Amino acid sequence: MGRFVARRLLQMIPVFLGTVTLIFFMVHILPGDPVAAMWGDKAVDPAQLAAFKHARGLDQPLIQQYLDYLGKLFRGDFGMAMDGRPVIDKISGAFPVTLRLALLAFAIEIVLGVTIGLFAGLRRGKAFDKGTLVLTLLLISIPVPVLGFIFQNIFSTQLGWVTPTVQDSMNLGQLLLPAIVLGSLSLAYVARLTRTSIAENIKADYMRTAVAKGLPKRKVIGTHLLRNSMIPVVTFLGTDLGALMGGAIVTEGIFNVKGVGFELYHAINLKEGATVSGFVVVLVLVYLAASLIVDLLYAVLDPRIRYA
Amino acid sequence: MTTATENKPTAAAERLAPGTPLLDVRDLHVEFKTRDGVAKAVNGVNYSVAAGETLAVLGESGSGKSVTAQTIMGILDMPPGRITSGEILFRGQDMLKMSNEERRKIRGRKIAMIFQDALSSLNPVLSVGYQLGEMFRVHQGASRKEAKAKAIELMDRVRIPAAAQRVGDYPHQFSGGMRQRIMIAMALALEPDLIIADEPTTALDVTVQAQVMDLLAELQAEYHMGLILITHDLGVVADVADKIAVMYAGRIVETAPVHELYANPAHPYTKGLLRSIPRLDQKGQDLYAIKGLPPNLLKVPAGCAFNPRCDAATDLCRTEIPALHQVLDKDGAELAGRKSACHLWKETLHG
Repeated sequence: MGRFVARRLLQMIPVFLGTVTLIFFMVHILPGDPVAAMWGDKAVDPAQLAAFKHARGLDQPLIQQYLDYLGKLFRGDFGMAMDGRPVIDKISGAFPVTLRLALLAFAIEIVLGVTIGLFAGLRRGKAFDKGTLVLTLLLISIPVPVLGFIFQNIFSTQLGWVTPTVQDSMNLGQLLLPAIVLGSLSLAYVARLTRTSIAENIKADYMRTAVAKGLPKRKVIGTHLLRNSMIPVVTFLGTDLGALMGGAIVTEGIFNVKGVGFELYHAINLKEGATVSGFVVVLVLVYLAASLIVDLLYAVLDPRIRYA
Repeated sequence: MTTATENKPTAAAERLAPGTPLLDVRDLHVEFKTRDGVAKAVNGVNYSVAAGETLAVLGESGSGKSVTAQTIMGILDMPPGRITSGEILFRGQDMLKMSNEERRKIRGRKIAMIFQDALSSLNPVLSVGYQLGEMFRVHQGASRKEAKAKAIELMDRVRIPAAAQRVGDYPHQFSGGMRQRIMIAMALALEPDLIIADEPTTALDVTVQAQVMDLLAELQAEYHMGLILITHDLGVVADVADKIAVMYAGRIVETAPVHELYANPAHPYTKGLLRSIPRLDQKGQDLYAIKGLPPNLLKVPAGCAFNPRCDAATDLCRTEIPALHQVLDKDGAELAGRKSACHLWKETLHG
């Protein structure tokens, strides 16, 4: 197990380097000049422009800029945004917001998804199961922006339960509606995965043994059935936590949540190389960590899987 | 097996009025609803087991032997299964009339079951120690620590080497024979009155089969338990069983004390089964096979279900279902425990 973790951590290094490199050069391929854009509609003063570029090292050859960026990155310096704020400040401002949003969505999708899937699987072919299949299919087929606007319309404009957009991005109560929208798609997948897994495992021989042992129903289901059925669901959940954090762009846009998606959207629009790279680097780290945790959890859930 | 009665009878077995069997299955009928119609899996089965006694239920696949066992155990899938009539008396009480909770308390504690394929019957993601200890934790409210200690004790009991080190291992880490020992240990955990073993050795290789059967017989004698041994292997039966019930198409076609059945079968089906065992003294001859196929349970033949495959079938066999007759010897005296559901039992038995 220790060797497996060590190997996985080492594997993260090339993945990390590759992502940083790709993002850095991709941002530079984008058309337009971010520095010139700072003047807006006003005429650009070439002398000032050159001075600014020189101060930021933007007049250097691209490869030199890249090496400088990497060098700073390894010292924990994410560089500076065009407006002069250190990128690390933006990251530390936006990530806690998105992390809250993503974790809230994650919790909703696990609790609701697994519960719905469990009952649908146990009552396979009955009305609840059929209803679940139809509703989850509906959720999967509606694009997130559409769902976001529908929810916004119903819960704020019509019912007036919440403000249409989030006022305080750190307030969990206000983040609830965006979290439901964000988690709804995955919730549908989790419910369906759980349902199928439960319906399949309930016919297993060890379930018959558990009943024959005289175990009460909640133990038969809670210990013997659920444990086995969670293996495929956990795999999905692991990759999903990363996807939720990166995929919050649309939801954050609709509900005006000042998180990673919001910052990334603006940074890409303004072609802010340092900011985009910085955010993506952290996202990549989150993603890698999440997938490592899933792989380890996998071995805990299923002892037949051994890592060496 | 005869030494069994001399051993300590459990307190529970003593309370039972003399002559009352531990388990008495009476006229049990079970059907399955399928897309193509109703499959009559069990059609009026009667059998009984006393404490310390071993009943072997013999029959080919689809003869209803496992369905009967699952019905007794209360683990039949319902639906599609349905118990249409009959009684299952355990210590004189009809289990089919009990509440789910009452039945659950009997399962595992009073009646335990050993399944055929131990690898799939044990939960792959829980350690064997946990699965064994669960019996004590659920039925006796034992603590985690006590349960583990008892699990080790049980594993020692079924002679699993280095039990204390292996208690945390998972089913896939054991060999087939060891896994079946764990199944046996699990069934024995609470010293039940009755054990139903559904083809306990089918998935094992021959040398291990003998070890597992010996262990089962030994423990049964020690705890003075009733044992229902379901099998299609005539070789397994001879050594351990006291009496045999042969099933065909959901009915019992012959019952007899084990050695009498081997010596002199009273039903053509049993005769066919015995003739299909390879024998050393008939080396070089063609091995006998019962011709035809097991009956389709959706469309059981009229009359005796075995008649299309029977060499001796008469017109009577094709129209009238034979009752389970008491078998008499040549002088007309009753042969104890011997019954045959054949119109021609006399001819079959006495040649």
